[in-house]
Amino acid sequence: MSIELLDATALLLVAMMRAAVPLALAALGELVTEKSGVLNLGVEGMMLTGAVAAFAATVSTGSMTFGLLAAMLAGMAMALLFGFLTLYLLTNQVATGLALTIFGIGLSAFVGQGFVGQTVEPMAAVSLGALSQIPLIGKLVFGQDPMVYLTLALTGVIWWFFARARAGLVVRAVGESPHAAHAIGYPVRLIRLGAVLFGGACCGLAGAYLSLVYTPMWVEGMTAGRGWIALALVVFATWRPWRALLGAWLFGGITIIQLHVQGMGVDLPSQVLSMLPYLATIVVLVLISRDSTRIRLNAPASIGKVFHPEG
Amino acid sequence: MAHKPSFMPRLEPRGHASPSMVYLTPLLALVVTLLAGGLLFQVLGFNAPEALYTFFISPLTTAYGLGELVVKATPLALCAIGLALGFRGNVWNIGAEGQLTFGAIFGGGVALACYDMEGWWILPLMVVAGMVGGMLWGAIPAFLKTRFHASEILVSLMLTYVATLILSLLVHGPWRDPEGFNFPESRIFSDSALLPVLLAETRLHFGALFALAAVVGGWFIIARTFVGFQIKVMGLTPAAGGYAGFSQRKVVWLSFLVSGALAGLAGVSEVAGPIGQLQPTVSPGYGFTAIIVAFLGRLHPVGILLAALLMALSYLGGEAVQIGMGLPLAVTGVFQGMLLFFLLASDVLIRYRVRFGRPQQEAKA
Repeated sequence: MSIELLDATALLLVAMMRAAVPLALAALGELVTEKSGVLNLGVEGMMLTGAVAAFAATVSTGSMTFGLLAAMLAGMAMALLFGFLTLYLLTNQVATGLALTIFGIGLSAFVGQGFVGQTVEPMAAVSLGALSQIPLIGKLVFGQDPMVYLTLALTGVIWWFFARARAGLVVRAVGESPHAAHAIGYPVRLIRLGAVLFGGACCGLAGAYLSLVYTPMWVEGMTAGRGWIALALVVFATWRPWRALLGAWLFGGITIIQLHVQGMGVDLPSQVLSMLPYLATIVVLVLISRDSTRIRLNAPASIGKVFHPEG
Repeated sequence: MAHKPSFMPRLEPRGHASPSMVYLTPLLALVVTLLAGGLLFQVLGFNAPEALYTFFISPLTTAYGLGELVVKATPLALCAIGLALGFRGNVWNIGAEGQLTFGAIFGGGVALACYDMEGWWILPLMVVAGMVGGMLWGAIPAFLKTRFHASEILVSLMLTYVATLILSLLVHGPWRDPEGFNFPESRIFSDSALLPVLLAETRLHFGALFALAAVVGGWFIIARTFVGFQIKVMGLTPAAGGYAGFSQRKVVWLSFLVSGALAGLAGVSEVAGPIGQLQPTVSPGYGFTAIIVAFLGRLHPVGILLAALLMALSYLGGEAVQIGMGLPLAVTGVFQGMLLFFLLASDVLIRYRVRFGRPQQEAKA
């Protein structure tokens, strides 16, 4: 292969990893939430709230750091609402998650009205001088934006947490058998709330990446179903962090290929190409769910079930 | 187990569900939503009573407004009655929006194919086509769920995006109005393909009768048929349903086919009613709002009818505060989301009592 082709491939991979960031962050957050036994279908709503909060805060303060912080707080506030309802008022998790998404779509559109049409300076890529200039791998390994590295690091930390840390074991115990964990004396609801809040913060960040880095602007409903794709990725990953990241890269790749094919002027209507990520999600779900034993063995046993300490 | 002395409110399980709370909690949720909404308006710097009046009362002061209320409640009720059937059986179809879109595509396709024709048979054919379209789109998640165990929640939602893109493809391409100055819209349907208006000076159309028929039909299935009973049992205790020999597959298929058909009917009623042509978007999210309607109506057809009217009002109210007070239209979504939250939260009162102070007796282990 010629150097040019390799270089183009490297650039394609860079674009793929960028497109994967929001999917990966949201999927990792939801993975932690689900490991504790809680199914939060509000990912899309939390992402949108995070996106609008990040954009508003960055435009108002001029600081992207504040924007990212605001996104995490906004995502956590939404998650807190969900956690309070499902864990303390014992509401149905599916219905409450749907409500969170509907509410998030409305709230973000409401808050974002005044910010439509504005732009922010997108997050700069890391520059390590000579290292980032190395042909082929320079851009790919040393020249991405900080959030790409954060995503990688987060994947590693979550893997370590569930595989090696004692606290991770407790979260898993709560997700597998909340009554047993409660009997031993673990505060099941608090632990679950923590996992829900972590999920909210991650989804907020995922949304912030869209409005600050990926498209640098606020558009109503800009997540375009990514929250739901992230939910599917958790199943695809059979609740394993590295597989979630891999799945996100796969979907990032589909998005990028679809954009490039449109750019190359292939004679296919743009709508057909835009369908690809959604159709791919369905295909992936079918392939992974076919083996129901594998899902049953990997899914947290108490997922989606209401837990009340007094029985 | 030792309990620390506490004045925190606690939840104590009731022996059985409180029947009065089943009907009281939607009202409670509505009152709390009004209070929270008023607070929101006040915080935004508006006069709360005036804003609430504009949102909830002013749309109902004209005959046209009342007609619009029914026009918007029609698709909501149609979708929600189908969804409620599934929700009762723990089947989560959240893609009614996509099934509605497919109903619009199929029904609208018939209307465009019969553009140069006249005849009483065109409308019934469109209605049947719309219902078949919705059913087909609903059959996909049902098939993938029963055959491959794929989550019906995610599949039905993904298909909503696909359906919207297919509609967009059609109105940008083959179905675009040849005399439409390149706007992505179909021809305006011929008179034979438009639902008759029931009340002069309003847009109240024949589709409202479909919704009423669906209320009666939905009630009949739930209350008077064995299938309705099976769905209910499978939803409450799948294990008991399994022992009784009820089939989960059947519940999934039935839920999706019925809700798909009703959503499709809503879709064709929209394009043959108030819209009168195919456009890239044929619904402001009726299929999603129907989820709220189903819960607010307690999954019961009559309750759904009332809830659909209330949610229709939230659309009209959003438009009213946009025109009258310059608030963004998205305030509708905020109200809808809040209402569902408060409803879910207050539902805890159905199965639990709120108690203050320390428990009277030791809790069960």
